[in-house]
Formats: sequence, C-alpha cells, structure tokens
Amino acid sequence: MTFDWNWEFAFEILPRLLRATINTLIAAGVGYGIAMILGLVFALALRSSGRLPRTLLREVLEFIRSTPLVVQIFFIFYVGPQVGITLSPWVAGMIAIGLHYSAYLAEVYRAGIEAVPRGQWESCRALNLTTRDSYVRIILPQALPHAVPGMGNYLVGIFKDTPMLSVIGVTELMQAANSIGSETYRFLEPYTLVGLIFLALSLPTAGLVRLGERRLRRKLGL
Amino acid sequence: MDLSAYPLELPESDRPMVRFMNVTKSYGSLVVLDSLNLDIQQGEMVSVIGPSGSGKTTVLRMLMTLETINDGVIYVDGKPLTHMVRNGRLVPADEAHLRRMRASIGMCFQHFNLFPHMTALQNCMEGPVQVLGLPKAEARARAEELLAMVGMIDKKDQHPSRLSGGQQQRVAIARALAMRPRIMLFDEVTSALDPEVIGEVTQVIRKLVAEHDLTMLMVTHQMGFARDISDRICFFYKGRIEEQAAPEQFFTNPQRERTQQFLRAVKDAD
Repeated sequence: MTFDWNWEFAFEILPRLLRATINTLIAAGVGYGIAMILGLVFALALRSSGRLPRTLLREVLEFIRSTPLVVQIFFIFYVGPQVGITLSPWVAGMIAIGLHYSAYLAEVYRAGIEAVPRGQWESCRALNLTTRDSYVRIILPQALPHAVPGMGNYLVGIFKDTPMLSVIGVTELMQAANSIGSETYRFLEPYTLVGLIFLALSLPTAGLVRLGERRLRRKLGL
Repeated sequence: MDLSAYPLELPESDRPMVRFMNVTKSYGSLVVLDSLNLDIQQGEMVSVIGPSGSGKTTVLRMLMTLETINDGVIYVDGKPLTHMVRNGRLVPADEAHLRRMRASIGMCFQHFNLFPHMTALQNCMEGPVQVLGLPKAEARARAEELLAMVGMIDKKDQHPSRLSGGQQQRVAIARALAMRPRIMLFDEVTSALDPEVIGEVTQVIRKLVAEHDLTMLMVTHQMGFARDISDRICFFYKGRIEEQAAPEQFFTNPQRERTQQFLRAVKDAD
C-alpha cells in the first residue's frame, strides 16, 4: 500500500472544498444563532416558571443533551414528514443543531446568571426595577463575561459537528469531500484537506473568544 | 393566618410612617423575629442595635420587601405594605402592589451593591430613568446634584471598581436618594469600610438628618454615631425589642440587664 499524496489533485479540489466551507460556516453560524437565542429563553424559563413546567423543561433539556446529535438530525428530517412536517435538509439540520446546542448553552447561561452576586438583585429591588429591566440592564450584562468562555467552547463544538449534517445531504464541507471521493476514488487528499480546513478555522476561534472576553470585561468596567 | 384583626388602613389620627404589627419571621424552626411591634414616626431617625443574629437586619430587609413575612402586617404611611386590600379584606401583596409601595422606600447595603458595569453617574441615573421615567437630562441633573451632595461629583464617570469602599457607599447613598424615597434604610453601611473612611460616610448621613425630612432606620455597630444622630435607639435581642429609648437615656441609664451587658461588651471591645 502506498501513501501517494498528489499535490496537483489537492489543488484541483481545493476551490470546491473552500466553496463548501462557506456552507459549513453558514450552517455553524445560523445553528449557533438559534442555539444562543433558544438557550437564553430556556435559561430564563428555568429560573422563572412554576415548579412543574420547570421540572419538565429540565428533563427535556437533559434528554436533548443525553442523546446523540446525529439521531436528532435523522429524527427531525425523516420522522418529521411522517407527522406532516416536511423540512428541507438545510432547515431540518439548522433546527436540530440549534436545538441540540441550545440545551448546552442554557446551562452556560444559567451558570453565568448564578455567578452574579445576590446583592445585585437586591439593589434592583431596592431601586424598584422590573424583573425584565433587572435582567436586561443589570444581571445579564454581568452574567455575559462569565458565560463567554463556555459559549466559545460550544461555538467550536457546533462548528466541528456540522459534518453530521452531511448524513441528510446538506452540502457542507464533509459532503463535498464525500462526493469527491466517490467520483474519483481518491480519499486521502479530500479528507486531509477537510481536517486542515477545520483546524485552520477552529484554532483562531478559541483565541478570538479569549480576546473577546477580555474586551468585554474592560468595556463593562469589570 | 387570620388577618381580620388588622385594619385595612391606619386611621388619620394614628398613622406613623412605618408600623410593624405583630410581625413574625422565621426560617424553618428558627424564629428570627418574634411578633415585632414597632412604630417609626415621619421624620424620625431610629437606630437599631443588638448582637448579631438578633434579627435587626431582617427588620430592614422586610421593610424593603427583600424578605417575606410569616405573620403580621407592615404598614407604610398608613397603608399595608406586605398586604393589599381585595374584596374588603387583606390578602398577601402581589408584585404590582409591592412595586407601588416600594417607591417610597430606599436602601443602602453593607456591601454597597453598586452596578459594577456602570459609572457612578449611570448608577444614579438608572432608577430615575428606567423606573420613574425621567428624561435623561433631568435624571442626569438630579444625579449630579446628589453626587455633589455626597462629595463624589469629580468621580462621577468612574466605575465602582475604581472607587474606595467609602466612595462606593457615598455613591450608593446618592443612588438611593435619586429615587426620592420618604424612608431611607441603612443596613450596616459602615461595617465593610476601613476605619479611616467611615467618617466620610457618616458625615453624609449626618447631613441627611440635619437637612432633610427623611424617615430613617439604621442598623449600626457604631454606638457613638447612633447616639449622636438618632431620635431613638432600639435594642434587639433574640428577635425581640429588648429595650428602646432616646439615646441619652438608653446609653446613660439602660434599664434591662441584657442591654447593660451588651453595652459593657461593646465598650470593652473599644
């Protein structure tokens, strides 16, 4: 067996892979956007609603975290139509990945909110702020710096999980590499390049998150 | 609990600024306050002293509605604070009622609790703008006036992390006053301060007593300060008022054995 890396072939397929990378970035970005918003809704719901809905929501989130993302992707895409919800691969994929990561981000937000000293809530009450104003203007801005490292981890995580969308035919990076492989019977170059592209995007992200956290703390005067 | 014995409103002829009526607070089996009865008159300065765990801070926290009560009723300016009138009887207050009543009460905390992501000025403008709906310019003018009063105007654009404890506490007083409360609560506002900056905070409170018509309730460990500025001293012991009197009387001629013991112990510590 030979290990014959072909530079010419690698450069030939690179543009196609880079085009697919844009789809990967869109998938990760949109999925993360959904997860950030939904996660916040869940985190706030966990703190406010009555005992029964809170327990129910906690169990649902635990369920989402404890089952594989790929199963959830399959479920939404293939089981959805059976109950009358037919979604395109893109939409199904975004919902699955967004929902999955929202369950993790809800925990990150919750920990961030709980890290804000109780005295801040007492000040809010003494100044007669509404609960909504207390969250929006006082508590969440202070919770954010605590949440940023965790949020950054899951940003990298969601990015690395986008290849799973290839199982339902979303034309992201992994799907493009699979196509190249089945067309040319060469696998070494496409998969190696996929790995390198992911590495090239993941590494700076972690650094940017750290930088962002420092900037944020300074901006908030913390 | 049976609330039928409590008036829906206090009569004009007997209407202190604050009235605690048989107020009980307990955590599980631990009774923190045992059937407290206490009146505070409009414009009065009352100091609450006592050993730790005597329930004195709880009195303030209940009045600020940071704690619920287990029994009794608190009245503010004749109206029930902890309860509201529905269908001609008292029921536990809902959030809307608490918000209405809370508007006349301000509080300063032992650990200041300033908003760390806002400057001193922003801290003082937050409530007036968000809660009272004041235009920004008006809120700013009010905040600057109060910051000047507490001697913090030249630090108005600093975040709390850049201020000393004494400076933070002075900003916190300005912040509370910006809401124009009729009752001010001071919860051990000098306890977390270095000795050399305590004076700058007590100076501000002295000024409030001299120049404003606020009703004030202060929990403190500073006996000399309490003696100087209070109209009345309340000594708490084990969830009850053991003794209360005008400062001169209280410090020179305490009646109760517990009070005498406490004052001796405080003196020895000095």
